[in-house]
Amino acid sequence: MSSPPKIGVVSCSGESCVEGTVSRIATRLVLEKLRPENTVTICLPLFLAGEQGERMFAKFFLTIAVDGCEKKCAKNAIEKYSGRTACSIVVDDLLKEWGVSKPRSRRELDDEGMRVASRVAEEIVVAIDAIFSSGRYKKSVDV
Amino acid sequence: MTGPILVIPCSGIGKVFGTISREATYWVVEDLREGKADTLCLSLLVMGDDDTRRLVKTHRCIAVDGCPAECARKNIELSGGQLAANFRAVDLLREHKDLKTQNVTFLDENGKKLAGFLAERIALKIDDLMKEGAKL
Repeated sequence: MSSPPKIGVVSCSGESCVEGTVSRIATRLVLEKLRPENTVTICLPLFLAGEQGERMFAKFFLTIAVDGCEKKCAKNAIEKYSGRTACSIVVDDLLKEWGVSKPRSRRELDDEGMRVASRVAEEIVVAIDAIFSSGRYKKSVDV
Repeated sequence: MTGPILVIPCSGIGKVFGTISREATYWVVEDLREGKADTLCLSLLVMGDDDTRRLVKTHRCIAVDGCPAECARKNIELSGGQLAANFRAVDLLREHKDLKTQNVTFLDENGKKLAGFLAERIALKIDDLMKEGAKL
């Protein structure tokens, strides 16, 4: 019997800036709609503040860090406590690369904000597919 | 101690509790007590960011946690912050068992109601703290 392999997608969840909202919504879109069979997540503060069980998260799963800003809390936290991330995505960098303005409200994304979050979600999916196609992760895990 | 009161949600992303705590926080800092309250990223605090640690040491803080792990409360205390009060979304769900809610990404009507109740409690606490501060 085999089960689908999981990749950990860890978002910074930053409340104080709109890029944090985009990173959080994009991550949830991947978890719920785009790759629900192949992804798991953990609350970043729980990962940081947690005990060994939570810290083992990134030892069990290859991880993709999704950060809002250049402070890269998610990437730095994972690499400090659990080892290298498989991929790091920074929303602020993507917005600059795409020449897209920041969405206006950190509380609730408008239509344009949702389009941005969907694009970021697609970037996460590209990273997930690249990990699987690289052969670093088996398509299924024997259990 | 002057300045806005910092309302710090747990940043939870895995369950609906975190979404409720975050929505309640935004409700307070952007609507109910705009100018009297502000928020910050819990992840920055947990990562030991100097500016963020300074903020929690120099402002009164309200932790708004989603679940019993209480990441916000614990990290404010670990950072030497001034914890003035703490709330938990999970407690509110226990009080309002009729308001079943599941949606994590976007709150449904019940989730919004719960966030509203939580926001009102936080706002009242801010009023109390402001009165106490005025007496000092």
